Amino acid sequence: MTDGVARKTGRWALLSPRTRKNLSVAGVVLTLILAWELYKLIWSSLGWIRPVRPDDVVMPHVWDMVIELFRPVRRGGNLLILDLLVRSLWTLREAVAGFVVGGLIGFGLGVLFVRSRLAERAFMPYVVASQTVPILAIAPMVVVWGGAIGLPQWMAVAVIAAYLTFFPVAINTLRGLRSPDPNSLELMRSYAADPSAVLWKLQVPSALPYIFTALKVSATAAIVGALIGELPAGFQNGLGRALLTFSQQFAVQSKKLYATVIICAAVGIFFVGMVTLAERKFVPHRETLEPEGEMLARASAGG
Amino acid sequence: MKGRSRWMMALIIGALVLAACGDGDGDGDGGDGGEAVECESVDEVRLQLQWVAQAQFAGYYVANDLGFYDEQCLDVTILEGAVEIVPQTVLATGGAEFGLAWVPKALVSRNEGADIVNIAQVFERSGTLMVSFADQGINSVADFAGRTVGNWGFGNEYELTAAIEQEGIAADVELVAQSFDMLALLNGDIDVAEAMIYNEYAQVLEAVNPDTGELYQPDDLSVIDFNDVGTAMLQDAVWVNADWIADDANVDIAERFLTASFQGWIHCLDNFDECVQVVLDNGSTLGESHQQWQLNEILGLVFPATNGIGVMNESLWDQTVEVATSQIPELDGVEISDDAYRTDIAEAAIANLDGEDTDGDGYERRDIELREGGE
Repeated sequence: MTDGVARKTGRWALLSPRTRKNLSVAGVVLTLILAWELYKLIWSSLGWIRPVRPDDVVMPHVWDMVIELFRPVRRGGNLLILDLLVRSLWTLREAVAGFVVGGLIGFGLGVLFVRSRLAERAFMPYVVASQTVPILAIAPMVVVWGGAIGLPQWMAVAVIAAYLTFFPVAINTLRGLRSPDPNSLELMRSYAADPSAVLWKLQVPSALPYIFTALKVSATAAIVGALIGELPAGFQNGLGRALLTFSQQFAVQSKKLYATVIICAAVGIFFVGMVTLAERKFVPHRETLEPEGEMLARASAGG
Repeated sequence: MKGRSRWMMALIIGALVLAACGDGDGDGDGGDGGEAVECESVDEVRLQLQWVAQAQFAGYYVANDLGFYDEQCLDVTILEGAVEIVPQTVLATGGAEFGLAWVPKALVSRNEGADIVNIAQVFERSGTLMVSFADQGINSVADFAGRTVGNWGFGNEYELTAAIEQEGIAADVELVAQSFDMLALLNGDIDVAEAMIYNEYAQVLEAVNPDTGELYQPDDLSVIDFNDVGTAMLQDAVWVNADWIADDANVDIAERFLTASFQGWIHCLDNFDECVQVVLDNGSTLGESHQQWQLNEILGLVFPATNGIGVMNESLWDQTVEVATSQIPELDGVEISDDAYRTDIAEAAIANLDGEDTDGDGYERRDIELREGGE
């Protein structure tokens, strides 16, 4: 018995770190699917309907959701997955635009705050307050204002994505810029380095791990912002519209809704994955702040 | 590992370029089809819908896609409705020239300060039903007594509350909030559900009856139609901002807009399948048989049109005002002025359509075969 466990642990240890990580991710997904199907099986055999009805409308089989992706969206139409992939590109475009704009604004605020305590004290409360206003309340206003000044719909949506993006970046940039060792700062000063040299040669490099951590959080927030923003915008080409029409038809189309949710999550994971790749390129591995598996899990939960 | 990440980078860059190049924001410019018309100038106008593209708005999409608006020298952008978009507000703030709204909701908005005018009452009948399973024996409003009755709220419940009051059973009916899907009825959580004849009612018929393994059939259901109960209120109508329509040049634009829109609706009488296809082309997630059902029923709400399409039926207006002022708390004791609607523009539009079937007298509903999930 003990022997078996030891041997298993041994084999596990023999696997490369990468394989081990992939296996654990797959394990989590499998466990979730198993839990879903077990709930369905047990509840329907016992005739329980609380907390959630186990029928095929409210809880379709996981494989039925996946099969649905490869059925036509309607008779004679494209496969659902093709329709959703095209929609993903639109939603990604809004999210990426919002992510870039929000990221730059967040970085700018971080730099401003580290330069000026006065600015930090004056603006920080509003930066924090901005995130306590529900995005659902702001989104319709942004859409109306955007329409009034002639922004295309997708840009109004991008503004909403930017709104969710800038905050984590601003906070983490500020923290990162303050992270260098005081001794290093003094050394720079002793060389008579001007503030911009201190910023770009010392503070920004040491802030990068913090900034990338924020960017990974923001990547999913941008996707969520884009999905939410599409609803009041009446934007018809993105994933948000698919979510809306399929949820309206939930009683008869629930598999399509779940299939769309799977694609939305996949888009979020994809985006975070891209940011992680960029992080590997720009930040030496030992300096990353958190194990990326944890970040990915958090990101996919959010997306 | 290095190669892999480079490959992924290439993939995302490719995807983003594709997304950035993608064009066609969905604002229709029509243009194909129709006769070539020489326009001295083209007027750009916007139409705000109450909801996303579906057969409920077929006439406007057909007029746009088949070039009827072009023939009237109009460039119409159809703004789809969405969550939290109220067409009356959009009209009042100048976000669109034309908007669709139900009469009672628009009366509330008028009372709240949105100065808007009904220029075409396109739907002459109400599409609201109360649906229950036939074996429950609920065949009239009087049978609601002692039952759990679902309704959507948000101003969609007044035909129901008026009917219950008319029957004198208000104290015996348990009114409960219902979501826009029909699960509560299908699962037996409520006895009677509110349903639009062109949407939620069809959804029930697109669901599988677990007892038979087949789709539910109309015989399985008992339907109460508010048009028969006498508390029906007028629904989809074209509204404009009162200030905007005070300008004669805009009256001319409105006349041309209604001419082409009416032409779109009339076109669907004889070109049913083409009109369904136009709707499907404007929304890739829509189901075909569901949209066929919807267009069939929507045409039944428009036609036959007593005074010609879009021209107000005065007795139904009076009935709507009476129910609205007695049921809607915001309109309690409010005098609804006669300038809330006008018929001259719609009448002029009908005169422009000489020779067309503007009252659709012979309209009869087709038999539509719904498929599971409305596909």
